[in-house]
Amino acid sequence: MRRARVLLLAMAATLAVAPPASAQFDITGSYNAIFHEDQPERIPGPSLGDYLGLPINESARAFADAWDASRLTVPEHQCRAHSSPYILRGPLNMRIWEERDPETQQVVALHIDISNFQQRRTVWMDGRAHPSRFAEHTWMGFSTGQWEGETLVITTTHIKQMWHRRNGLPQSDQVTLTERFTLHGPVLTYVTHTDDPVYLTEPLVKTTNMLRNPRPLPPQQLLYPCTAVVEIADQPRGAVPHYLPGQNMFLKEFAAQHKLPESAVRGGAATMYPEFRANLR
Amino acid sequence: MSSLRVLATLVATVAAAALVAGQSAGLETLPVRGQVSMITNGSSNVLLQAGPQGVLVVDTLAESDGPRLLEAVRGRAGARPIRYVLNTHADREFTGGNAAIAAAGSQLVAGNFAGQVGQRAVDGAVPQAFVVAHENVLTAMSTAAAGRPAAPFAAWPTDTFFQAERTMYFNGEGIQLVHVPHASTDGDVLVFFRSSDVIAAGDIYSTFGYPRIDVARGGHVNGVIEGLNRLIDLAISEQFTEGGTRIVPGRGRISDEFDVVEYRDMVTIVRDRVQAMIAKKQTLEQIKAARPTLDWEPRYGATTGAWTTAQFVEAVYRSLAGGGGK
Repeated sequence: MRRARVLLLAMAATLAVAPPASAQFDITGSYNAIFHEDQPERIPGPSLGDYLGLPINESARAFADAWDASRLTVPEHQCRAHSSPYILRGPLNMRIWEERDPETQQVVALHIDISNFQQRRTVWMDGRAHPSRFAEHTWMGFSTGQWEGETLVITTTHIKQMWHRRNGLPQSDQVTLTERFTLHGPVLTYVTHTDDPVYLTEPLVKTTNMLRNPRPLPPQQLLYPCTAVVEIADQPRGAVPHYLPGQNMFLKEFAAQHKLPESAVRGGAATMYPEFRANLR
Repeated sequence: MSSLRVLATLVATVAAAALVAGQSAGLETLPVRGQVSMITNGSSNVLLQAGPQGVLVVDTLAESDGPRLLEAVRGRAGARPIRYVLNTHADREFTGGNAAIAAAGSQLVAGNFAGQVGQRAVDGAVPQAFVVAHENVLTAMSTAAAGRPAAPFAAWPTDTFFQAERTMYFNGEGIQLVHVPHASTDGDVLVFFRSSDVIAAGDIYSTFGYPRIDVARGGHVNGVIEGLNRLIDLAISEQFTEGGTRIVPGRGRISDEFDVVEYRDMVTIVRDRVQAMIAKKQTLEQIKAARPTLDWEPRYGATTGAWTTAQFVEAVYRSLAGGGGK
C-alpha cells in the first residue's frame, strides 16, 4: 500500500514536470560545435578517393573521380557555401531565435544564424507549404518545422547542388533533408537524414552534437566575409579543372596509406554496415 | 437551383484557390524579381515584364498553349497593352504562341508607315505587338525543314536584328538581347532585364536535362558553353555565389549564377571527354558506350522523350568531329 502511494506520487510528480506530448522546448540561444565525432573528416577533411561509408551510386563515384580541387580556385567557385545537409558539421558558432506573431504570440518561425559562410536559415513553424518545384534553390533551402514531443523535426527542400563529402562526392539539388534537434541539458543532438535520389542509393544518416553557450556570441563570431579574387593569373575564362577518366593520380593514395582494398574505399551502401568488415579479412 | 448555387460556389472557390497558388488555365506563374515574372506550362517557360508602358513577353510556349498563355498574361498584367514578344530561339515549343500573343497586343507607330500597317484611329496603335528575334529565327520559322512546314506567317518575327547585341528600353529598364552564335541553334539570344536583374536563357540552359543542340540548324556544343559563360559574366551574385541576378532557363526552375556554374562545368567536362575520345579515333558508338555523361545521368539523362542522353552525346560528337569547334 505504501509502495503504491509512492508510485502514485512519483507518477504525479512526473506528470507535473513533464511536458505534454506536443511540448515545445526552448532551443533558442547560442551554440558551439564540438568535434568528438568524425573529427578527421570534419576538421582536416577527407582524403581524395575516400568514399568509405557513404551510400553512393556509380554516378557520384564518377563525379568525384573527375573532381579536381583546383576547381575551387575558379573565382565563381571560391565563395560557395556548404549546403544545409553539410554545414553544421563544420567549425562554427550558431544562434537560434524565434519569431512570434505579435498579435497571437504563436511561433511563426525559428531563425538560425550560422557563422560558417554567414548563412541564415528560416524554419517556418506556421504550417505553410513548400514552394513550387519551379522556385529557386538556395544553400540553406526552404525549411518547415514541427515538434514531435521534445524533438524539433525540420524538413528542407529546394537546396542547391553541393557535396556529401568535400572531396568531390556530389550532393544533388534534388535532396530532401530531414533534421531532428533534441536538447539534453546543454548538449544539442542533431541527427540528419538526407535523401538524394540522384547520388545516393540509401538515405545518409549523420549525428552531430553541439554545446549550448551560456554567453551571447559577439558579432564578429558570426561573420564570414568572402570576396572572390583571381588566384591564378593566367587561368582562362571558363576554366573547369577536372580529370579525364583514368587520369586522376590521387585516387589510390588513401587506399595505399591505410592498406584498404578498393572495394572498401570506393564506397557504396554496403560499406556503411558492420557486416562489411567480413570482406576485409 | 440550390445545386447550381453550390456548383457556382465550388467553381469560384477552386478559381480563387488557383489564383492564390499562381495558377491560371493550367499554367503556373511565379514572381522572379523586379518587374519580371515567369509563366510555365511545366515543360518550357515564358518571362513576362509588366510596367507602366505595357507588357513584354519573352517566348510564347507551344501553339496549343497560346490561348491559356494569353489568359495567364492577362491574369498577371491586367489589361495593359502587350507591346512586344521576344523570342530566344526558333523552337516551336517557344514560338508557337507568337501569333496568339502578338495578335492580342498593339504597338504605337507613326508617320506615313502608320497608315500602311493599319493604325487605329482610337489609340494610334496598330493591332499587333512587335515580335523581336534574331534574323536566323525568322529564317528558321519561315522555312520548311525536316518534314515540317514553315511556321504560320502570323507567328513570324516582325522585327529582326543581325548584330551581336540589340538593346531596348521599356518600362523604365534597359533590356539587352545578346546573340550567342552557334549555341542551341544559330539564332539564340539571352534577354537581360538590367534593372529587374533577370536573364532569360532560352535553350542554352535547362534544369530539366542536357542542353538541346540542333547541329543541323547551326548549333554547336562550344557555342552552348560560350553562352553559359556569357550568363556567368552577366550575372552578379549577392553573397556566397547566391542570390543577385536570377536566371530563368528555357526549361526548368528559377536559378542563380551558381546553378549555371555547375551546369557550365558539366557541359565543359562532357565536351572535353568527347573531344579526348575523338582524338583517340574512337567512333560515336564507342563514345556512347563509354558513357561520358555517367556523372549526371540520374539528374539530366533520359532514354525516352524528345531529347535523350544519346542525342546529346551525338550532338556533342557531331559538333566536334568535323574538326573542332566554332
